[in-house]
Amino acid sequence: MSEEGIHKELRVRRIQNGTVIDHIESGQALNVLKILGIPDSSQDVVSVLLNSHGKYGHKDVVKIESRELKAMEVDRIALIAPNATINIIRNYDVSQKKKVHIPEFVEGIVKCINPNCISNSNEPMTSKFNVASGNEKLVLRCSYCGRVISENIGEHLL
Amino acid sequence: MKFKDHHIISMTSFSRDMIDHILQTAEKMEEIARGKRRSDLLKGKILGVLFFEPSTRTRMSFETAMLRLGGDVLNLGSVDASSIAKGETLADTIRVIDGYADSIVLRHPKEGAAHLAAEFSSVPILNAGDGAGHHPTQTLLDLYTIKRESHLDGLKIALAGDLKYGRTVHSLCYALSHYGADIKLISPDELRMPKEIINDLKSRGVHVTETDAIDPAINDVDVLYMTRIQKERFPDPAEYQKVANKLMISVETLENVKPELKIMHPLPRVNEIKPEVDATPHACYFKQAFYGVPVRMALLALVLGVIE
Repeated sequence: MSEEGIHKELRVRRIQNGTVIDHIESGQALNVLKILGIPDSSQDVVSVLLNSHGKYGHKDVVKIESRELKAMEVDRIALIAPNATINIIRNYDVSQKKKVHIPEFVEGIVKCINPNCISNSNEPMTSKFNVASGNEKLVLRCSYCGRVISENIGEHLL
Repeated sequence: MKFKDHHIISMTSFSRDMIDHILQTAEKMEEIARGKRRSDLLKGKILGVLFFEPSTRTRMSFETAMLRLGGDVLNLGSVDASSIAKGETLADTIRVIDGYADSIVLRHPKEGAAHLAAEFSSVPILNAGDGAGHHPTQTLLDLYTIKRESHLDGLKIALAGDLKYGRTVHSLCYALSHYGADIKLISPDELRMPKEIINDLKSRGVHVTETDAIDPAINDVDVLYMTRIQKERFPDPAEYQKVANKLMISVETLENVKPELKIMHPLPRVNEIKPEVDATPHACYFKQAFYGVPVRMALLALVLGVIE
């Protein structure tokens, strides 16, 4: 193996089975893990690649071994990584490749920024937001108080 | 039009047809609201009254509305003496009262509280104010007052006072956009209506202009809607006094207005309308407070399904 090959091998090991989330906006990989509930929801090995050089500049990559993400889980990622692609890996090959879809409604992912919103109290409820996208910008509107989040959504994850 | 079991949470869910239907129903209720005719329309029905914040007009007019239609009210009373003081959640309180009452009217200090209550209630929730959020029955009674005392179509209205924080005026402006109003906003610089609301109104075809002086802005309008400017919005008491004086209505300020001008105010007023104005034909705020009764009667009868 050439020296370059060894470096590549050390940096990003190929996975036999699982999911590779590629083209995550640089700096958002850890937020992607938070949305997916990793490590709490998963015992599998997860590799994270930060600031990798891609065709369109820097990006983050997340590899989750032995777990194929479901469509619902994938779409939640769209809130912070709308350009991410999902590769389902089976026996070292990409068996499915798909883009994330921005959901119209999200529940239990983001915390409302209005401190006086009923969703920020001790009520038995989960936060709910309607999602609107326009001009490549996502806008979340709290279903309870109507307050809008349009900047730095990753900073308001539950 | 079917309103049975509908929750009344915010004006945003009302179409013009729905608003018109409520206002027409309220008109039919007016004689009963004045005590001139008896009604047993809501006999056997109980309204749960849950006020987590103080209120005079809203609470009493809901209770009056229920009693005038032959129904009963069940008041939570003081929050300090109830289970809420022991730390009970709103969700649990609602689930309990749901078993006692046929409908629940709720005022709560947190935004979105009525929406949450609706998720846990099998009986209709009427939002009587949720923090700085919505107060739809106030907006409906404001519209009803305009309809009865002036006219909704082609209305020229001036809104004066605290237009930045006043939920009442925001909600009223949105509702008036259904009727293509011409709106003049009169406020000090510090309390101007938020830009996004003004842009929103313009995109709905409302003609909006802004000024900081009462005169001459009110001279060609049909309705002047006054709101209270709260002292605590101004760090400097002298600045507050200056602004408050500038937006004060007296008999003198009304010299050049249209004879049919009506002055509204959600009350309580402090000194923005001088008592001398009360005796003029322009004063409309006490009638406005009364109109809360037929409007709330109409809403109760509609959501309880005794009329359509």
